[in-house]
This record gives sequence, C-alpha cells and structure tokens, in this order.
Amino acid sequence: MPAVSDDSKAVTSVSGPAVPVRGNDIDTDQIVPARFLKEVTFDNMGEYAFYDVRRDDDGTLNDHPFNRYTNASILVVNQNFGCGSSREHAPQALMRWGIDGLIGESFAEIFAGNCQALGLPTATVDHETVEWIMEQVEADPALELTIDVEAETVTVGDETVNVTINDSQREALLQGIWDTTALMKSYMDEVRQTANEVPYLNDFADC
Amino acid sequence: MSTGTLYDNVWNQHTVRELPTGETQLFVGLHLIHEVTSPQAFGMLEERDLSVAFPDRTYATTDHIIPTSDLSRPFSDEQAETMLRELEENTEEYDITFFDPTSGAQGIVHVVGPEQGLTQPGMTIVCGDSHTSTHGAFGTLGFGIGTSQIRDVLATQCIAMEKQDVRRIQVNGTLGEGVYAKDIILKIIGELGVEGGIGYVYEYGGPAIEELSMEGRMSICNMSIEGGARAGYVNPDLTTFEYMKGRPHAPSGKAWERAIDCWQAIQSDPDATYDDTVTFDGSAIEPMVTWGITPGQAIGISEPIPDPATMDSGDRATAEKALDHMDLRPGRTMEGVNVDVAFLGSCTNARITDLREAASLLERLGRPVADDVRAMVVPGSQGVKQQAEDEGLADVFRNAGFDWRGAGCSMCLGMNEDQLQGRELCASSSNRNFIGRQGSKDGRTVLMSPAMVVAAAVEGEVTDVRKLL
Ligand code: SF4
Repeated sequence: MPAVSDDSKAVTSVSGPAVPVRGNDIDTDQIVPARFLKEVTFDNMGEYAFYDVRRDDDGTLNDHPFNRYTNASILVVNQNFGCGSSREHAPQALMRWGIDGLIGESFAEIFAGNCQALGLPTATVDHETVEWIMEQVEADPALELTIDVEAETVTVGDETVNVTINDSQREALLQGIWDTTALMKSYMDEVRQTANEVPYLNDFADC
Repeated sequence: MSTGTLYDNVWNQHTVRELPTGETQLFVGLHLIHEVTSPQAFGMLEERDLSVAFPDRTYATTDHIIPTSDLSRPFSDEQAETMLRELEENTEEYDITFFDPTSGAQGIVHVVGPEQGLTQPGMTIVCGDSHTSTHGAFGTLGFGIGTSQIRDVLATQCIAMEKQDVRRIQVNGTLGEGVYAKDIILKIIGELGVEGGIGYVYEYGGPAIEELSMEGRMSICNMSIEGGARAGYVNPDLTTFEYMKGRPHAPSGKAWERAIDCWQAIQSDPDATYDDTVTFDGSAIEPMVTWGITPGQAIGISEPIPDPATMDSGDRATAEKALDHMDLRPGRTMEGVNVDVAFLGSCTNARITDLREAASLLERLGRPVADDVRAMVVPGSQGVKQQAEDEGLADVFRNAGFDWRGAGCSMCLGMNEDQLQGRELCASSSNRNFIGRQGSKDGRTVLMSPAMVVAAAVEGEVTDVRKLL
C-alpha cells in the first residue's frame, strides 16, 4: 500500500486580495472564448481569462473586475459559475491569471472538478454572505481574504464566516492528493481485476 | 441515496475501490477523445513519463476545428492544422484508433460513438467534452471530464468521482404533432433551471420517453448538462437493442444474445428508490424556443417572454442581460422574431432521424429558404452525411437553398470558419445559446428543434411549426 498523502502538495489555506465577478450562470465560453481553445497547450491561457467581456467593441479594456482588481488571488462569484463546456482551459485561465481559490454560491460540477484537479478550492456559501463579501471587497479592494480549507471558513478582513467545501475536495486538498493520477495508478492490479469483470470486456460471459 | 437504479448497478460494476478522499475510483469502459481537449493531456503524460494503460479502450475523432467545406491538407487555418496533426501523432504514438477525416467515419464524438456501436448499455464512458451525457441514451453512464482527468484516464483508465443522487424525470403522455425530443428537454431545463441538476444524475423515463427513437433519446440526454446534471440516462430496451444490432463494434453471434441479457440486468428495478422524482405531461409540451442566453431561458412558442421584474435578483440580472443582448422585450412571444441564419447541426440534432424529419418537412412545405436567410445543414458524422445523400435528403436540402456541408461541430461553437457575423440571429438546433457561442460576441442564438429550424428558415422568422403542418 503506497503512502497516499503528499504534504508538499497540500493546500490548507489560500490568502490574498479578492475580485468579485457578479452574475449567475457565468459559462466557460465567457471565461475563455472558444477561439482560444485552438492552442495545444495551456501556457497562454492566463491572457485569455474573460477576454471578450473585458473588452469594448474597439478592443480597449473596459471596467470588468478583472481589469480593476489586478492583484487578486481569490475570485468571488454567484450561482452556477463555470457552467457549460468541460474545458479545463477555464480554470487554467483563472489560475494562470493569478486566482488560487474561489468562493461562490454554487459551481457547475465539471468546473469544480477541474478546479480540484488543479488544487484550487471552490468554497460555497449562501447568497447573502457572497453579497456581503463582494461588498466588502468593493469597498476595499486591498482587503485580504483567506479561505481556510481545514476549518472551512473564509476570513474577510477581521471577520470570519463558515463556508462549505465538499468533503472529497477538502480531503484531496488537505492530503495533497488532488492530482489523482499517481494515486489511482498505484491500484492498477485492482483496475485490471475490474476490467476483467465488466461484461463487455469478457464477451458478456457473466453479468 | 438511490438504490436499485441503473446508475447504482453500473456504478457498482465499475467501482475499483474507495480513495482516501472519499471518492470512488471508477473504471472507464470507453474513453473518447478529440483534438481540443486531448493534446494537453498527452503533454502531461509525457512530462511524467507515463504510457497509456488501455489503448484499445480509447477512440479518437476530430470535430471541433474541422472545416466543413474543404478538407484538403494542410488546412488553411494553421492552428486547426496543428491541432489535427497533434492528434494524429498522439494516436499513432500510443496506438489509439482514430476515425480520421479520410476514414468515412469521422464526425462529432457523440455521434460517432453510438454510430460505431462503441457506446453500449452498462458502460461508463468519459470524454473531455461536457456533452458526453449524450451516451446515456443507451443506459450508459456518460460523464464529461476536464483535461487533467483525461490524463488520469489515459494513465489508469479510471476517474476519481463522487457518487451522486438520482432524479427520476418521468414524462407521461404522448407528444403532439410538431413536438419532438428537443422540446421535452428544453421544457425540462426551463422548469428545473440550468443549475437544478447540480448533484444529480437524471434518469429519464415514462411513456413519452419510451416512444422516442434512440436519436431522440440522445437529444435529451445530450442536454442533461445544460440542466446542471452531469449525466442523464434512459434504461435500455428493445429500441436500444435494435439500434445497436449489426453496428461495427457491437457484440455479434452468441455474444449478442448474452449481451442482451446483461443489458436487461442493469435496468433500474421496478422498486428502485430515487432521491427525487419530477413528472411532466408530455402531451402539454408545445414547440419550445429560447429567448435568452442560457438554455434555461426557454418558453413554449405561444408563451410570452417573462418579465425580469417578476424574478428574484439573480435571475433578474441574467434575464435583463439576456433581453438586452437579444434585443427583445418581455410580454411578446418569440413568434415573428426575424432570423438571419438557420443552423441544422450539432451533437444534439444532426443525426439521421433529425435530418429525415427536417427534409420531409421541407418537402411537404415545398418552399425554399427565405431570401435573406443563410441556411446550412452540418451532418453529425460522415456516416450520417453519406446516408443522407444515399436517401436523397441532401438534394432536398440543397434544392431548398440550404448549404450542405461536411461533418463536424461547425457553428455550434464557431471554432472553424462557420460563424455568425456581427449581431446575426441564428435559429439553431444546437444546445447552447451562450453569448459568443456561435463565433460572434454579438451574435444571437435561439435554440429549437430541427423542424422549428426548417420553419424559421422558410419563413425568415421564428415560427410555430405546427401552423405549417
Ligand atoms: S457539436 Fe457542439 S456541443 Fe456537441 S461536441 Fe461539438 S461543440 Fe460540443
């Protein structure tokens, strides 16, 4: 049985100034427009975060939060953030832009899974609290926020509120096993056993 | 927690073990890849010096960037050429079957899998594409995954996943004339919301679902993700088995008989328990259209566009943004809204039965596409294209003024040359009306069934197809 946890990768908390991006159902096409998916690496994705919505028709940068809160490392959002396409380009773009963690009312599942796979916590909390956090940040863009993964709290300046981090995401982050390849690879014997038992790989001999 | 559902049965069969995170390590029966989300994953494999664990359980196609006119190489779009070349090299290096553009089998990944008989009841199927839920039409668990998970699957043939709740969506009654599978799913999403399915897998059932062809069931399962559910499925039945029989990768001979037994064995028990149940009356559903910028902003063709003032704050903000983008006002119906482009395509509605229905309507109407409408048909796969040409459907479309193109995703997301221009409004059989989705950030999309797309193309405006029947 291999050692599973990896302390060097553990994410116990993330801190920094925040950026509020308001609106429900912000889809991954908005986070990274499809035309930027034509690159075969994620290297440049940071430049493409919210590319179109950050610009006016003539290409100049507008007042989108990503143009104003440029030092932010925590993204605060409303409901169903990251819905739509499964493109990992979306969290990659946010991460490479500088985001280390997210707080929102809810996240689309594939998006949250992609964040987890990159070691980015997605903490959820009710609408009123999200609004309150956004207001605090808007009042003081330099305000320091902390997402404490272990304690499941968010600290905004001097105040601390409880948030929810999905149990498996929390374990994955705390144990440093959010990158699951090595972990699952260590059980390949069991994988082959399962493969031998699924009906369609044994000529439907038993089911 | 649900018990005795197909979801439980298939989940259990594919469970390798529980992981220290509390997630399940789930064996993946079939892994489908395409050019957009796979190159980075192969790059990660190389960085870690890993190989592909089960190369014969991964199949590749190209769809998102493929031109639908000229396939001569190199493509005029250099980036598209690079992406295809990467896929060619990766599939070659790792010995993965690739339905390439010269194979006659290339097409949208969610059209190709079922068409080749690769998609089979009781499998777990993953792909770096959110519409992998499509495959659930066969009684399969199909999940869209991100690129890091593609790396996991290539390296281990597994994903780490948490078990979800199951919501039974029961659709009773019989659909009226001019009402299709697409209308059912738009109705469901309109009612339950685009985030209503978060945490759930949807099981679709009931008389109106059982009546549907496999293609219709695929349209429904396809859009599960638009309702927030990561997967959706229909229990396999005779319709499923008939569709599967004789397909290139389907079991044959003695194995076929045994397969049917296995496929029946995984169906949800009559006394299965669900975490939630929602019932719809299929006979009350009318042709549906979207009025906004999310698939949940959907109404019946005779219903008025809702007033944002009546909504709670979050929905109101999205609705106001939607009306502004679409240049619409509450109170009116969508009927009569001017249409610039008609797009018949995508993994939701570009299969042979979709094209048959659309072509037969065109023939019945005996009228061409309206003068100022740019109309195109993009078959879901080269197989569909060939079949439609053999059946004479292509001529029907061409004669009516539709552009008959090659297979791919095309204007569903505008990654190739097929894009909306400026503020064009598109009557589209696809699945997403997000701002910018069809290639122009000011472009506007109205989602509807293929028959409604034909009606819109001919009339030059959003039209209740029932009035033309
Ligand atoms: S047709 Fe559209 S939704 Fe389907 S796989 Fe292609 S881009 Fe995605």
